[in-house]
Amino acid sequence: MEWKWEFTWEILPRLVVATGNTLVAAGAGYAIAIVLGLVLALAQRAPSRVLTFIVREFVEFIRSTPLILQIFFVFYVAPQFGIRLSPWVSGMIAIGLHYSAYLSEVYRGGIESVAKGQWEAATALNMTALQKYRRIIIPQSIPPALAGMGNYLVGIFKDTPMLSVIGVAELIHTANAIGAEHYRFLEPYTLVGIIFLAISLPAAGFIRLFEIYVRRKIRL
Amino acid sequence: MQDFSKFPLEIKGKNRPMVSFKKVRKAYGELVVLDNLDLDVAAGEMVSIIGPSGSGKTTVLRMLMTLEKINDGVIYVDGQPLTHMPKDDKLVWANQRYLRTRRADIGMCFQHFNLFPHMTALENCMEGPVQVLRISKQDARARSEELLEMVGMIDKKDEHPSRLSGGQQQRVAIARALAMRPKVMLFDEVTSALDPEVIGEVTHVIRKLVAAHNLTMLMVTHQMGFARDISDRVCFFYGGQIEEQGPPAELFGNPKKTRTQQFLSAVREAI
Ligand SMILES: Nc1ncnc2c1ncn2[C@@H]1O[C@H](COP(=O)(O)OP(=O)(O)O)[C@@H](O)[C@H]1O
Ligand SMILES: [Mg+2]
Repeated sequence: MEWKWEFTWEILPRLVVATGNTLVAAGAGYAIAIVLGLVLALAQRAPSRVLTFIVREFVEFIRSTPLILQIFFVFYVAPQFGIRLSPWVSGMIAIGLHYSAYLSEVYRGGIESVAKGQWEAATALNMTALQKYRRIIIPQSIPPALAGMGNYLVGIFKDTPMLSVIGVAELIHTANAIGAEHYRFLEPYTLVGIIFLAISLPAAGFIRLFEIYVRRKIRL
Repeated sequence: MQDFSKFPLEIKGKNRPMVSFKKVRKAYGELVVLDNLDLDVAAGEMVSIIGPSGSGKTTVLRMLMTLEKINDGVIYVDGQPLTHMPKDDKLVWANQRYLRTRRADIGMCFQHFNLFPHMTALENCMEGPVQVLRISKQDARARSEELLEMVGMIDKKDEHPSRLSGGQQQRVAIARALAMRPKVMLFDEVTSALDPEVIGEVTHVIRKLVAAHNLTMLMVTHQMGFARDISDRVCFFYGGQIEEQGPPAELFGNPKKTRTQQFLSAVREAI
């Protein structure tokens, strides 16, 4: 089997569109994970023991079951409870939920890295719990959390192919479809590999630069 | 349920103490740090707390700043209970909401400054007034700049703490605490983490505050000379008790208790 350039050029536009879909899926999933992860991290520090326990167990559960199972669950099981979601929406929710559990751990580490004296100084200024988190603790917990947040951004991008199992037209799904139509898999899969590489590698570099920038900006 | 009926709901009278510890007990598990502590501090008084390491000096200040819960007894500030709140004509343990209404009377400076590293000196000072007291940014800035001027840090107002020396950071921390206009200021070994050559710039600021005469102050310190100079009264703590207290001239010049004498001569030898 040899490489066919003509075929490569022919399928490229479809893969470019699929790349867009992959980026949208990863971006939307990450946006959900960033916000929900913070909620989960803060809930684990709530004064209520019951709430803390439930959230902890939930995070553990998500982290110890495979993403693909969670995708199937949201897509196939939720409709049986009367919640009908499109593949796209199910996919975003599943992947966002999954990564929110991991990001909550990253945030937790960041929050715990803030010195005890910072909490005490905030108390001495008579701040409310919300003011302490918003003004003092969270801003300081972000720089140490950035590396972990960046890793999971790349991770979520590389996990988007899982969404192909429920029919989201991301890169793998599209490559499969092309392969099935033309009985050629070499070019589509190779291209997909190159596309992933071409996005992941620079992204990791940008994340490093961004981390340095934020550290400078916040702490000098 | 503890019974606090032997404690008054409030302390009235023109000459009431600004701070009053009544039968205060503090323990960490089995370890009793302070037992049955009674201590009154008059309005405008400067009280220094000295004593060996582990004698409970820091704990006294931390309880007053509400950073530590007490196990028994009541603390009053300006006549009103701090650790407790009145409910149905009885004292019950204070809740968070009540604490927020009372804590405003107290400010504290820490051994390790605890400035907010992501804010400039000026922003550190403005944070409390803007966020907590909800005064306008202009007013908070004016007030903060005035205080930074007072502590000699106006030139560095736009620097982040990481660019300041320890003495400079501590002076900003004093301005930050004062910006909240507390009635009582607490200093916990504010010069202990400083290089010897910058201690003077911090004690100079505290001297200024003492000279102004309107703040009530409690200061934990190892600088006996400084305590002797500026205090109205010195309390010597030993094993969670006030072993001896009195005007500085008396306590340093003519200590009555053996433990005080031993402590003071040990400290003198160290110098
Ligand atoms: N969080 C804590 N947990 C347990 N023990 C503590 C804690 N904080 C202080 N202690 C103990 O309480 C005693 C008094 O401490 P502290 O008030 O810091 O003493 P000082 O300031 O006089 O050196 C010490 O024996 C110390 O070990
Ligand atoms: Mg101490």
